[in-house]
Amino acid sequence: MDILKPILDVTLGTVNDVLPIAAIIFGFQFLVLRQKPANLGEILAGFAWVLVGLSLFLLGLEWCLFPLGRLMAEQLTDPAFVQAAGSAGDAVMGVDWKDYFWVYIFAFMIGFSTTIAEPSLIAVAIKANEVSGGAIGIWGLRIAVAIGVAVGISLGCYRIVVGDPIHWYIIAGYIIVVIQTTLAPKLIIPLAYDSGGVTTSTVTVPLVAALGLGLSETVPGRNPLIDGFGLIAFASLFPIISVMAYAQLSKLRAR
Amino acid sequence: MNNTLVKLLRSMLGSMRDLLPIVVVVLFFEFVVLQQPIPELGRIMVGVLFVILGLTFFIHGLEQGLFPIGESMATAFARKGSLFWLVTFAFSLGFGTTVAEPALIAVAAEAANVAAAGEMIEASEDAKARYANGLRYTVALSVGLAIVIGVVRILKGWPLHWIIIGGYVLVVIMTVFAPREIIGIAYDSGGVTTSTITVPLVTALGVGLASSIRGRNPMIDGFGLIAFASLTPMIFVMAYGMLI
Repeated sequence: MDILKPILDVTLGTVNDVLPIAAIIFGFQFLVLRQKPANLGEILAGFAWVLVGLSLFLLGLEWCLFPLGRLMAEQLTDPAFVQAAGSAGDAVMGVDWKDYFWVYIFAFMIGFSTTIAEPSLIAVAIKANEVSGGAIGIWGLRIAVAIGVAVGISLGCYRIVVGDPIHWYIIAGYIIVVIQTTLAPKLIIPLAYDSGGVTTSTVTVPLVAALGLGLSETVPGRNPLIDGFGLIAFASLFPIISVMAYAQLSKLRAR
Repeated sequence: MNNTLVKLLRSMLGSMRDLLPIVVVVLFFEFVVLQQPIPELGRIMVGVLFVILGLTFFIHGLEQGLFPIGESMATAFARKGSLFWLVTFAFSLGFGTTVAEPALIAVAAEAANVAAAGEMIEASEDAKARYANGLRYTVALSVGLAIVIGVVRILKGWPLHWIIIGGYVLVVIMTVFAPREIIGIAYDSGGVTTSTITVPLVTALGVGLASSIRGRNPMIDGFGLIAFASLTPMIFVMAYGMLI
């Protein structure tokens, strides 16, 4: 009974997620387009696979990764741990951003590894590979995006620690994106813009949010309500830059 | 049937490889940096197994269900040639998939707390719920609109980067005027709106449309819908924060 309830809850949640989408798709399919898709049975089976898969995936995350990740975010941002890891005996009061170096490393590594496992990124990478006729490698794209997320989240953690206003970072990021847009191969640009939005879904968001809240609660002088947000924004901006950089590098190498 | 089984097994190996980095990172931090034992090991092992199976089934269903239906509908709409229905479909898809998105509901509730703490609204539960709901519908509306703009762009073949850069300029201008408390949440809301089911569908729709219209390149014109869907919420959330 103890195990059944969460399973039921998650499954119902996923059904709730999928149902409006299915209703819209099949509604338009039958009422507006008025045609039966050629392989309706297979497609319905596909929806069932998605439903079962997503439920299991979320349930598993809830059991293994999320509690561990939240716990680790708490422990790493704990003042006792930070002081032990930092330059002990420093008489200077206030926050030294260097004391949080394990947080940055954790942010980088967890950002990278959760992005590699992100299902929607896998989906876009498969499509991009197919559409580009193999010119864009599935793994190349995924690793480029993951590096972008990793850099973004660690920079975002640094920002929370030092307490800079978020908009200067975002505006600087936009300027880099605009400059890169003029330089990068034209084919990659739409895909790069898209990869900003796909990176942050089921796996990354809960962990990153926990990290941001943990940091802003424990760093002296930060307000979780104001400073706790913004990590996801960093994680959706930097992949745009890293994917364009990846295309620029591949072009340079090909020459 | 046998064929499906082989395919599933092969993609399960892929899922294990996808999840390996997370396992390595968690183990490294748990044992080397924090030096803590892992609590509830049995439950965690079951969780890992579920994640592997879940990812495998999801990818399988994606290739069998979501991708084909997205593309076949895009082709059917292109053949039907009715702009009205295509735009209606695009809007419903964007609005319908976002309004129920759990990540968005969580962010909207959090934003209501921030607004109450910043004394923009009353601190009562009622006022917060109203604020959160308004925000949720605002974001869903903005995503619906984003998909519509994106689809029209594919039909007309407008270059994506000018629209996106224009959007960035708008975000920057709004940042100057929006209340400081809302800015972080507004920036974040761009990232949380696109869910795991929406992304494959919307991508398949864009690529399908671009492939079935003559003169469009699926690589240049097919992608970009997600980019719109993560840009417009930022603008709309800041506007919402300014108005209320």
